[in-house]
Parts: sequence; structure tokens; C-alpha cells
Amino acid sequence: MSARALLWTVFVAALVALPPVAAALGQPFYLDLVRRIMIFAIAAISLNLILGYGGLVSFGHAAYLGVGGYAVGILAFYGVNDGLVQWGVAIGASALVALAIGAVSIRTSGVYFIMITLAFTQMLYYLGISLEEYGGDDGMRLRTRSEFPLLDLKDPATFYYVVLALMLLSLYVVHRLVNSRFGMVLRAAKSNEPRSLAIGFSPYPYRLAAFVIAGAMGGLAGALLVNHTNYLTPDFMHWTRSGEIMFMVILGGMATAGGPVAGTFAFLLVEDMLSAWIPIRFVREHWQLFLGPLLVLSVLFFRRGLAGILRKDNE
Amino acid sequence: MTAILFFEQLLNGVQLGVTLFLMAAGLTLVLGIMNFVNLAHGSLYMVGAYLMVAASQWTGSWPLGIALALAGTLVVGMAVEVLALRPLYTRDHLDQVLATFGLILFFNELVAVIWGRASLYTSLPSYLQGHVELLPGSIYPVYRLTIIGIGLFIGLLLWYVVTRTRLGMLIRAGASNRTMVAALGVNIRLLYTVVFGFGAALAGLAGLMAGPIYSVQPGMGELILIQVFVVIVIGGIGSVRGALVGALIVGIVDTLGRAFLKPLLGHVISAPAAEAAGPALASMLIYLLMAVVLALKPAGLFASR
Amino acid sequence: MSESLLQVAGLTKAFGALRATDAVDLEVQEGETLAVIGPNGAGKTTLIGQLAGNLRPDAGRIRFAGEDITALSAPRRARKGFARSFQITSVFPEFTALENVALAVQAHAGHSFRFWRPAMKDPALLEPARQVLKDVGLQDKVNALAANMSHGEHRQLEVAMALATRPRMLLLDEPMAGMGIDESQRMIELLGTLKRRQTMILVEHDMDAVFRLADRIAVLVYGRVIATGLPEDIKLNADVRKAYLGEGA
Repeated sequence: MSARALLWTVFVAALVALPPVAAALGQPFYLDLVRRIMIFAIAAISLNLILGYGGLVSFGHAAYLGVGGYAVGILAFYGVNDGLVQWGVAIGASALVALAIGAVSIRTSGVYFIMITLAFTQMLYYLGISLEEYGGDDGMRLRTRSEFPLLDLKDPATFYYVVLALMLLSLYVVHRLVNSRFGMVLRAAKSNEPRSLAIGFSPYPYRLAAFVIAGAMGGLAGALLVNHTNYLTPDFMHWTRSGEIMFMVILGGMATAGGPVAGTFAFLLVEDMLSAWIPIRFVREHWQLFLGPLLVLSVLFFRRGLAGILRKDNE
Repeated sequence: MTAILFFEQLLNGVQLGVTLFLMAAGLTLVLGIMNFVNLAHGSLYMVGAYLMVAASQWTGSWPLGIALALAGTLVVGMAVEVLALRPLYTRDHLDQVLATFGLILFFNELVAVIWGRASLYTSLPSYLQGHVELLPGSIYPVYRLTIIGIGLFIGLLLWYVVTRTRLGMLIRAGASNRTMVAALGVNIRLLYTVVFGFGAALAGLAGLMAGPIYSVQPGMGELILIQVFVVIVIGGIGSVRGALVGALIVGIVDTLGRAFLKPLLGHVISAPAAEAAGPALASMLIYLLMAVVLALKPAGLFASR
Repeated sequence: MSESLLQVAGLTKAFGALRATDAVDLEVQEGETLAVIGPNGAGKTTLIGQLAGNLRPDAGRIRFAGEDITALSAPRRARKGFARSFQITSVFPEFTALENVALAVQAHAGHSFRFWRPAMKDPALLEPARQVLKDVGLQDKVNALAANMSHGEHRQLEVAMALATRPRMLLLDEPMAGMGIDESQRMIELLGTLKRRQTMILVEHDMDAVFRLADRIAVLVYGRVIATGLPEDIKLNADVRKAYLGEGA
């Protein structure tokens, strides 16, 4: 078995073993923490599709988490608790929003694309704030978690395994996508756009499709997130969220399968450490003062990400 | 909706537009000439506002406060440029975005550490308080008129520099063909530093003027930055003229939209529906406008490339 | 008389006051190799750009296989049978030589909205790619990463990618650029084997290559075609000699 396969096996095994271990140790907190990380990992995996493999610097990915979360929250508000319906709407609505935003944005390139995706995310954020009916600025509680036949999401361990399964499924789907003909067009266009045009690829429809797929997956992550936090707020869509998810993708190493997962774990664990575990109170209260420069340094010196380091060790 | 109210909101829109222009002018040049995405531009706006609060309180004098705040913002901007931004000029946009994002987090927390998270309110000197009667029955704040005046003056100054001086010629050339300008032997490093400093000073000016109107708080820079992006997308990267036109359009549309969309909608649909949809639609207005402009002219109205 | 494969009429492109392409007329017959030569700055790359679809001409028409393609984008023209190589090497550096060529094959194998099966394990893409790589002499470099290949191998790879699309028209922009003597000879031989099967427009400075490969030559000076004809006639043409060698030649 290759080193990578071994690493993956150990990692998945550890994740599977976590709930019983955490229960035995009487530390349910870890289950919560890892579950949250895995939900963001799904968002990072979806962003990796368009950013890491496609080269589309989308600063608006948090929007889809918001759309997905609001879809579930609003349906629950009106008493529609069927998980399949809620999550179906979450995914469908995010896909539609991605289609609308992508259709306008993907025609542009470079700096324009970054600014436009950022602007549209902000637009959705303001939209969320203005929805007084659903909590406006403060957000609102989720009436009850999504209901599925056979699965009780109110049980922390069950919910955890659902998230784990979905994360592994996302990894697998993206893996198939990026190696398919569809994915190759994206990767070729990122690698050398003039060359890909010259051999006859028109990247726009493929990029748009990838954008929609990533948006849909982001919507699923949003549905999971709102179930996890039991609370719905426009902050899901705040543009700083988008930046954080981008960091999760970059830190782990773009255009790799494991990168977004590693990056999400690294980013959120560091964030958690700074804001909750470090014994110095000043650091805990003002953790962004330290995270900020850490992020700057990581961009300046740590470009290839964690996956890049591992690959170097293997050579 | 009376004509007087419309007139006053129009002026408010111009005032917002002028503030956006000061931010956009610097940023569009940095984008066009240096091909550098600087998300931390908003932080300079915030630094200008905070330094103004501190300096005017410390010296007790408003003009002295302005001078110190501007100088301080320039120093901060240059320090950031040398320490964090220079290595990023040669990197791709993604790196620039992420690194400047890290700077935003840092600066927002820094001002919170120094001044706390609550909004600060600045007071105006007596000669800038008060109102002026512009039209019979319409009185308008002196301060906002001052901002409009200063902004238009800066606009004129920039127009003069960009079209009539050698520096301006280099700026315009650099915005449309960066490599050519470097190949001509121009000291690119110096040009970049000047352009960046320009932008930082303008952002600081916008911030210190905006303080008394919009509250001074951590994160204020990003709220306006995103509107500035909309301005630049509409106006076209690298174009100061585009920045002015775009800024005025965005400022006016946003202000008038927030003021009049709800009542206007109320004429067309039921009152409760307008109550709900009005503010939502108003906040989305400038983004929808941006989408329309993009659909027609993907590189903005006055793109230089 | 059958219509030429490519007809260019009145092609003009100006950058401000500079007329990079000045009312250019060209015709290329099927199966012929037309060389475009001219001193530096004559506008050869601008011309190729307009033929390939990267640049929009200000005036003029381009007809290809009986169809007016002036308004078509580069990918559309590529799908109609144009293939080009770039003056400055342009390949996909993170992919192997085989994958580079397989991508070119894929671009002409219908749409790519296939989401599940791995593309680079598909024999329908790999077999033609292998064959083309063999044709250009890169069969030993099949699994080499493009970024690790030498300059000469890159030029070969460019030709391979162009061939993989089974083009009706090859636009080669200085294929010999930056090559040493041995590599140039190999490239000339390779292009020679393509001559009968392909219609080519060859932009080159290397006169050895030009006179060995061209059926006809067009001379471009300051954006204008000052002479077109058989190689022997061009060699003797007074205007051409003046353009290249100056007065008194």
C-alpha cells in the first residue's frame, strides 16, 4: 500500500473511531469540533474544484453556505422539516444562485472576477440582513433539525457519521470530476488558457458548470452547518467567511484531493487554539491580531501548502 | 416625496459618491498600473478615520488633526507596502488577495485593541456644524457640502495631474501597458511607490472626512471597500475618469434607492410587501446595476485596456 | 478551378497609428506550404493572430473551406480545422507529453461534458496521442512532464499537439525559434514529412527551412505583402532584396 493510501486509511479510521472514543472519555466537545471541521471541509472541497483545479478565484463561496442554510432554516420556520425536501431545496437553490452569478461573472477574468464574486456575496449578505421575517441581522434559531427516515440527526453521533459520509462522498465525487474529460478541460484552461483555446476548447460552459456544481455542494455544506449550529445568521455569508474558506483550500494545497481536508483541519484547529485554548487571555480575546499576520506569512512563505510538503517528503 | 427631499438625497448621493471616488481613484490606479489587488485599502480608510479621532482630540484642533491623520496614514501605508506588499507584486492575484485579507483581520483587531470595539463618534468644529439654505425651504449640512467640495477639488487635481503632467502620462501609459513602461527605462519601483502612496493618502482622506458621518468602528473599511469594487468594475480598471463616473453613479443610485424605493414600490404593490421588499431591493440595487453594466461592457465603461 | 482552402482579402489591423497589417491578400491551396517571411517587426505574428482568431482585424475577410470565418473565435476556428503552434512555447507544463497531446485529441472528440470516467486512461484519447508523438519523434518522452522537457522537445510537442487535432490548416509560428542546428534539421525533416499531407502556413526566419519547405513564399514588410511567388522568383526579386539587405544589394 502506498504512503498516501496508508495515510488516508489511518485518517478515515481515526474519524470513524472518534465518537465512541470521545464518549468513552466523556468529552463530547471533540465530536462537535470535528463535525464542524468536516462540514467546512465539504465547503473547501467544493471550492477546490473551481479554485484549485479551475483557477477561478471566487471570493464569493460563502454565499452558497448562506443560501443552503437559509433554505433549510426558512423551510423549518414554516414547519417543513423533511430533510430530503429541505436539503434538496438547499442544493437546488444554491445551484440556481451559482448559475445566475456565474453566468455574469465567468465572462470576466482576473481581477474583475474576484471583485464581482465578492460584490455578489455581499449583496446576498445584505439581502439576508434585510429579511426581518427570518431574524434579519441577528438571525434566528433553527426550529428543529432536519428529519430523515431511519436517521435521527438530534443524536450527535448519528449526525457526525452522516457528515463524515457526505464528506467522503464529496471527496470521491470531486475526484471523479477532476479526472474526467470535464475536469481536464478545467485544468487545461487553468494551466494555459491560450493553449487550450488554440486546441479548440471553449472553457466558458465548463467553468459555468463547475461553478454550479461547487455552488450546489456549498449549499449542502450550508444545510449541514445550520443543523450543526442550530442557528441561522447572515454571517454564514459574510465575505470574511469566503476568505477563510479560501485559506482552508490554499493551506492544504490546491488541486490535490486531500489538500482542502488538511487545510480545513489546520485552519480551524489553529483558530480554535488561538481563540480558546491558549493560556494567555490577551491572545484569546484578540486572536485575529495573531491569525492575520500568520495568514500573511503563510502566503509569503508557505505557498505550496501542507500537501506540497508531504509530497516533497515522498520524493 | 417632495422635490426638496429629492434634492437633498441627491446631494447625499453626490457626497457618498465623492467619498467612494477618493477610495476608488487610488485603488483603480494601483490595480491598473501595478496589477495588484489590495483588499487592505479599506484598512487605510479606517486608519485615517481613527487617527483623525485621536489627533483632533489630542491637539484640540481640527486642521492640525487632518494634517497628522493624513501623515499618519501615509506612514502606515508605506510601512505596510515595504513590509508586506512588496513581495506580493510578482505573485498571482490569489496570493495578493489572501495576504491582504490577513492584513484586514490584523488591522481590524488592532484598532479594537487600541480603541475598543464600540463605535466612536467625532465632533465637528463649530464652523463646520450647522446648515446652509441652498434652495428656499431646503437646508443642508455645511459639512457634507464641504466634503463634496473637497472631493470635487481632488477630482480636478487628479485630472490635472493625469492629463497635464509627466507623472500623469506615465500613470496612463502604465495603466494600459505596464511592461512597455518598464522597458522604456522608467523607474518602476519609484512609480509604484508614488502611486501606492497617492492611493493611501486619498483613502486616509476619505476616512477622516467620513468619520463624523458614518461611525468609526472596526470593519468600517470593508463595508465601503466592496462598494468601491463595484465602482471600479463599473468604471473600468485603471481609469480615474471611470472611477469618478462610477462613484457618482453608485453613490447616487444607492442613496436614492434607499430613500425612495420603498415609497415608490408602495404605489405599485401593497404596503406590507413594499415594507419587506423595499429595503431588501434597495440594498441590492448597486449590485444589480453592476451586473447590468457587466453584461453590456465586461471591462467597464472606461476600461483602459 | 477549385476554390483555395484559405482566402484572405484586404486584412487590416492598426494599433493606433501603427498599421501592423496593411490590406493583406493571401491565398493558400489545399496541400500547399506557404512560407511567410519578412524582417523583424513586419507584423508576421499579428497576421498569424488574426488568422488563428486571437486578434480581430479592423477590416478584411478570411474565407476557409468556402466559409467566411472572420467573426469566429479561436476555439471555433480550431474546431473547424485550424491548428497553430506558438512562437513562444505554449504547452501545458504540469501534464506529461502524452497528456498534452491527448488533450488536443479530446478537444476534437466532441463535447467534454463527461463527468465520470478518467480521461487520461481512455484509449480513445491515448492511442491517437501515442501515434502522433511517434510521428514527431517523441515516443521516448511519452511520460515526461512537459515542464521537464528541453526547448527543442517543446517545439516538437507543439507540432504534435497541432497534428493531434487532425487539422486542415496548420499555422506554424517560427517552429524553429531558439533551436540549435541539429534540432533545426530534425524539425525541418519532420515538417518535410508533413508537407504532402498537410496544408501549412509557415512563418519563419530560418531561410534554410523556408527554401526547403515552401511551395510558395509571401514577403511581409511593414504589414504589407510586397511579393508573393515561387521560391526561386522571390530569391531574385529586387524589392525583397532591398527590404532584407538594404539599398545597393
